[in-house]
Amino acid sequence: MSIEIEKNMQSKTGLKTEQMVLNMGPQHPSTHGVLRLELEIEGEIITKVTPHIGYLHRCFEKHTEAMTYTQVIPYTDRMDYLSAMYNEFGYAIAVEKLLGIEVPERVEYIRVIMGEFQRIASHLVAIGTYGLDIGAFTPFLYCFRDRERILSLFEKTCGARLLYNYIWVGGVSHDLHPDFIREAKDFVKYFKPNIKELNDLLTMNKIFIERTANVGILPVETAINYGISGPNLRASGMKWDLRKNDTYSIYNKFDFEIPVGQSEIGTVGDAWNRYYIRVRELEQSLRILEQALDQIPEGDVTSAIPKRIKPPVGQVYSRVENPKGELGYFIMSNGSTSPFRVKVKGPSFVHLGIMNELCKGHMVADVIAILGSIDIVLGEVDR
Amino acid sequence: MKNVEEIFNLLKEKFGDSIIELVTNLPVEHFITANPLEIDKVSLFLRDNGELLFDSLMCLSGVDDANGKNVPDEDGATKIEGGTLSVYYHMESTKLGHKLTVKVSAPRENPDITSVSGTWKHADWHEREAYDMFGINFLNHPDLRRILMPYDWEAGYPLRKDYKDPEFYQGMKVPY
Amino acid sequence: MGLLDKQFTDENIVITKVEDLLNWARLSSLWQVGFGLACCAIEMMATSASHYDFDRFGVIPRNSPRQSDVIIISGTVTLKMALRIKRIYEQMPDPKYVISMGSCSNCGGPYWEHGYHVLKGVDRVIPVDVYVPGCPPRPEALLEGLLKLQEKIRNESLVKKTA
Repeated sequence: MSIEIEKNMQSKTGLKTEQMVLNMGPQHPSTHGVLRLELEIEGEIITKVTPHIGYLHRCFEKHTEAMTYTQVIPYTDRMDYLSAMYNEFGYAIAVEKLLGIEVPERVEYIRVIMGEFQRIASHLVAIGTYGLDIGAFTPFLYCFRDRERILSLFEKTCGARLLYNYIWVGGVSHDLHPDFIREAKDFVKYFKPNIKELNDLLTMNKIFIERTANVGILPVETAINYGISGPNLRASGMKWDLRKNDTYSIYNKFDFEIPVGQSEIGTVGDAWNRYYIRVRELEQSLRILEQALDQIPEGDVTSAIPKRIKPPVGQVYSRVENPKGELGYFIMSNGSTSPFRVKVKGPSFVHLGIMNELCKGHMVADVIAILGSIDIVLGEVDR
Repeated sequence: MKNVEEIFNLLKEKFGDSIIELVTNLPVEHFITANPLEIDKVSLFLRDNGELLFDSLMCLSGVDDANGKNVPDEDGATKIEGGTLSVYYHMESTKLGHKLTVKVSAPRENPDITSVSGTWKHADWHEREAYDMFGINFLNHPDLRRILMPYDWEAGYPLRKDYKDPEFYQGMKVPY
Repeated sequence: MGLLDKQFTDENIVITKVEDLLNWARLSSLWQVGFGLACCAIEMMATSASHYDFDRFGVIPRNSPRQSDVIIISGTVTLKMALRIKRIYEQMPDPKYVISMGSCSNCGGPYWEHGYHVLKGVDRVIPVDVYVPGCPPRPEALLEGLLKLQEKIRNESLVKKTA
């Protein structure tokens, strides 16, 4: 319902509504953490959304200036804590570019395997909690059941469930567990039918579609101007994935597709499409995993790890396709053992900036549907 | 697809003295330095020129260059006087596939840089962050407030190299 | 349990102290504020999800602090957030309990030295009953923390104030 219709109704019924400010958060079950939204509403219609962030600002960039290059890695984990592996991956690639070192092939394979498992785990949380926001509790339990299996694979590899400190500059901290490949293959086989189950349960659910389709439509030009990337950009219909468009590591060796938004249900770029892109990416990640698990070579994983990291004076901006979008690291070195400046471009930070654009003219209840669909992690918004 | 020299020549032709130099002596990344008060016009040209089409700003980073003089202040800590604060713009063209880095520097005591948020909406929050962390003043920014730190934070700009923790904030002890 | 052992043969009568009954009731349905802060919140979610099932201890997330008994401070408390947490705590009805989950809310964790915007321990603003160490603690550790809290409640006295 647009503002005009609302105004029309007012003149018919003689009831007057006035602008009011509604505060949402920082303690709110659907803000995915400590986010505060200031909603200006006219009746039930949103006229303006102002996000207030910084409730989880943990001073990442200050810490990097006091740590050595290796010590920064555990802090990168804690930025986007749902995709810790990928944060390390991106940071390692950036520092390797600065140092100009190559890593062994086995390391590249391990990184890709871990990265794709992390993508599945992260998307499962996104999908599960999105269902929870909309009012479907069961998919949350199903998603966490499958995510637990990935976490136990990670735990077997490096001992931690959530924050790993596994991918190091020049290599990984230690080799895979001997059973890892077999168990990972078992997981892929186990998980494939579950995607169909998820589609039956949530994606094609009538209530879910009513709540999300045609809500918060994001045109592709606006998306690029706002710097949107990752699944949210693809849902708007742009075929853009850094794994293909600006390829890094060994992603060019694998055969996979980039899913883009469709208009069969709802419109391209709406909340439903943003959700469904993530489900389809699960399938593509499984495809990459199948190939990588078959092809992984033998070799030493720690041979290229430098003893002391001291890059030459210079700077680099390096980016990877994190589960949430483009994760960029801008690292400046002044020739000492700790970085001079590290700036992180977190996808969640950028995506949150578009809330006002997406929510204008929608109902209050749609704010939840939109916020859930852009899938933010406050740890990365605030860093 | 153009390389950085071609882009530099194109910009030099159009803007003359506002484009200062092309830095290529550092490893990995080359960049163009520009006048901080003209960067909004430069950014519009970069976005709209048919040969460049930099439609996407990847990253905007504030940096404290720490190239001033270290002066001891009253209570023993060092304070930086003089020197510059910089902003790096990393941009890319999704249509043509080339990338560019532009750097602008402004004096530390009076860091005025024109805002590029009119060119790329993406820059809005990044500029607020740079203001919050370094105190860089973005001219013509629609809403220049602190973004990460509390709105009533008075102890200065935390990512400057000479930043000092306050003892208390609203009755809570800040140091360990 | 101390509650069911003094049963008569007639099945409907149990003799116990009021204190024990109250404590038993309190410790068996600790409703938590559904409120996550940072990384630890994900582990808290995992604890309430299918694998670890927080529900079996009577812990149900309630979205309003006014209906809750326990708040789990799950993650880094920043200066901006600290006063909000204090307010949430003050909105909870007595008796109320606090579990501090993870190193960050215990003492600042990895951010203790350079974290200019991190509160070094949530106990600087609200009283804490149980500290759970770890970065982040495993779900099992959080369950252990909850059992410790239950133990504490079990030994509470109506006359003598313990917390």
